[in-house]
Amino acid sequence: MNGSLRWRIALTLLVIVLGGLYLLPTMPAVQNSAMARFLPNDKISLGLDLKGGIHLTLGVDMDKAMDNTLSRLGDDLRAVAREEGMIVLQPHVLAGEKIEAVLLKKEQREKLESLVKKDFNNLSVVSTVVKPDGKVTYIFAPTSEFKKYLTKLTMDQAIKTIRNRIDQFGVAEPDIRKQQGNRIQIQLPGMQDPERAIKIIGKTAHLEFKLVDDTADIEKAAKGIVAPGREVTVIRHRLPDGSYIEKPIVLKKEAMLTGEFINDAQTRFDQFNKPYVTLSFNNRGARIFERITGENIKKRMAIVLDGKVYSAPTIQDRISGGKASITGSYSTDEAHDLAIVLRAGSLPAPVNILEQRTVGPSLGQESIDKGITAAVVGSILVLIFMLVYYSFAGLVADVVLVLNVILILAGLAAFGATLTLPGIAGIILTIGMAVDANVIIFERIREELRRGLTAKAAIVEGYSRATLTILDANITTVIAAIILYQFGTGPIRGFAVTLTLGILTSMFTAIFVTRIMFDLYTSKRAADAPLSI
Amino acid sequence: MGLQIIKPDTHIDFIGFKRKAFMISAILILLGLCSLVIKGGPKYGIDFAGGIVVQVKFDKFVEVKEVKNALKGTELPGLVVQSFGHADDNEILIRTSTSTVTSQDIRERINSEFKTNLKGTQFEIQRLEMVGPKVGADLRTKAIEALYFAVLLIAIYISGRFEKRWFAAAIMAGGLFGGISVLELAGMSTSVLIFAALIITVGLCWYLKLNYALGAIVALIHDVLITVGIFSLMGKEFDLTIIAALLTIIGYSLNDTIIVFDRIRENIHGKVGKTFADTINISINQTLSRTILTSGTTLLVVIALFVLGGGVIHDFALALLIGVGVGTYSSIFVASPILLGVGASKTDEDIAEADAA
Repeated sequence: MNGSLRWRIALTLLVIVLGGLYLLPTMPAVQNSAMARFLPNDKISLGLDLKGGIHLTLGVDMDKAMDNTLSRLGDDLRAVAREEGMIVLQPHVLAGEKIEAVLLKKEQREKLESLVKKDFNNLSVVSTVVKPDGKVTYIFAPTSEFKKYLTKLTMDQAIKTIRNRIDQFGVAEPDIRKQQGNRIQIQLPGMQDPERAIKIIGKTAHLEFKLVDDTADIEKAAKGIVAPGREVTVIRHRLPDGSYIEKPIVLKKEAMLTGEFINDAQTRFDQFNKPYVTLSFNNRGARIFERITGENIKKRMAIVLDGKVYSAPTIQDRISGGKASITGSYSTDEAHDLAIVLRAGSLPAPVNILEQRTVGPSLGQESIDKGITAAVVGSILVLIFMLVYYSFAGLVADVVLVLNVILILAGLAAFGATLTLPGIAGIILTIGMAVDANVIIFERIREELRRGLTAKAAIVEGYSRATLTILDANITTVIAAIILYQFGTGPIRGFAVTLTLGILTSMFTAIFVTRIMFDLYTSKRAADAPLSI
Repeated sequence: MGLQIIKPDTHIDFIGFKRKAFMISAILILLGLCSLVIKGGPKYGIDFAGGIVVQVKFDKFVEVKEVKNALKGTELPGLVVQSFGHADDNEILIRTSTSTVTSQDIRERINSEFKTNLKGTQFEIQRLEMVGPKVGADLRTKAIEALYFAVLLIAIYISGRFEKRWFAAAIMAGGLFGGISVLELAGMSTSVLIFAALIITVGLCWYLKLNYALGAIVALIHDVLITVGIFSLMGKEFDLTIIAALLTIIGYSLNDTIIVFDRIRENIHGKVGKTFADTINISINQTLSRTILTSGTTLLVVIALFVLGGGVIHDFALALLIGVGVGTYSSIFVASPILLGVGASKTDEDIAEADAA
């Protein structure tokens, strides 16, 4: 045995041992044994299509986020201007990301403009119109830097909120990530109840406390006719059979307090075992809550979540200490979910579900079983065929084919790649294509043998001539796979990864490892002995 | 020595068969294109068209017609019911073109309609996928971009690798990129773009005399067109996994073509064969057993996948099955005759002359 061969055998053995080490932790029998402690932790993780679970793509409504921010900026501007002795009428948000504000006295123009420049540099003045009656109408628009900043802030906050909510829901290994175009991708493996998850994730959870206008005419309001500064919405009542009816209710538009001051939310049960949600406010919230309850005794205060009134209790007394409760009518699960969204904070803007894929766990298991059956049957066919067609050389090809599959699986585990259903298809396809390299080499060796070369010389010639061809041929497939990875999502990426991995391992095994076996085989034999190929 | 399917002294005149082969290819492509035109383009699955698909498994056999009738009350627009996977799986696929209804609503409607109309049958919703129109459009663009970049990169690689003319390859890449950018600015639709990309690539290969690349790319377009055509004829839907299959077919078809081309170059250097046609014929015959064996083993496993892999992977396996078959055929009967038509590349002649001198 020469030095080069010894070195190549050592390298191959090292790769096999490493492959085994990375593959073993995935085996269920090994996972619970004492051996597991000495092995790497990386397992092949299964994709949602195999494990079952939910894949969601959410779109954050950035227009709405911008409108909300502009509306708040407008209110701030009005308040600050008032402190400085200027009267600005209630600003309005206009379509196309603009706010309109009216300054009552045109003499104060310079003062207001310098105030905007100093304290509201997020806004730029688009136009100013001086009316004959001395009022000045300003149109403000957010600056482009501010828009960029707000987009980033809104996305980050949305992701943080969603992560908080999912964490409280208790899903193992959730995957939440930002995507292009204000999108968020969420993967929840093993999640059994998709509807509930979607409800929790998608709820804006914008909590507001608003006064009820009991003087309003409900019948007129139901038709949409309300006094200025009032709005009509619905209040839900849960019937004993679990269904709901909704009744119209008129509220004052202005929110007295919002959910941003909430510290904590919990589910509790009253003496009739009916669930309710308790809230506690932070210091500032508690002070505001104490003031508004004190000012509005004997009036009804509506607790509004995402535009729907949960309950509208009458304020009996000034409430200090920053505690409140929402005693709406809901089921235990609903109360629990409400507490989750309140505790996790509100989404900065509404989200829409753009894409949703739910795979039940039974289908996932079925896919794995069928994929494995197809892989086993396909490989056995190929193994038998190669053995029959090439005899000894076929056996060599078979050995490296098995090694090849082991290395692909180990590679998936080592790189933390996810195995998906198309990924299984990728492995199966690789099994078929992996023998290609061997076939190219073997056919070449046969040709050289026919030309009258000895076994040893034919092997040398066959390998040297076939190697470049194999490289050329496989690079195109790798190019296709890389493009698939770049453009694909989820399962398709899994396919691309296994395909690429399969090509790399098959080149290693077919060119490098088989050569060792041939060299070992011929080294002990006479130079002119025939080769079984 | 083991078995041999192809005898070593085989000498089939593949090039002489080229007229018939072109006829067969032309007919197949035309059939596919006609089907696409008549049906108004490819039939998109929900990945691209948007909509909702629900996979339901029953505990016993239920006729598709029965299911369709049972779902009449759901009032879902564009409702399509079809059986799915193997007959003994008792699975059906329900599709609707809307994506505005919430998934919860769909679940409830299906549950209640089945409970009242299909009494005594147990069922389970195994999979529910909803793709909104925006995401669908994005996925469509992405898929087309993927095909476009695949063609581009592969064209560059082959022309660089075979003709040793990386500069010409770079010019081609630039031309393709520029042409597509102009058309994109002009607001052309994505299907026009992909068509334009292919024409520009073929045109540039022709103009720059990148002959090997031209042969390989025409073969590649041939394979994709035929696979897409057959899919359209069979009324199959196009979704993301089919795009993955198409890209794999591209890789596979080129793999086959490159092995033949490699041998042609080797034989040109070794001055095997009297004429260029002869050289090509000898090269195809020399690599024939490899071509048949590899396609054979690949088809073996793809058939295993097609038969045993289950419903979700079924169409993917079908596309691969067609593609591997067509790809093998095209590397022999399409790529090489085209190479003959345009002649060996300039560098080959130079080498041959230099050797002769």
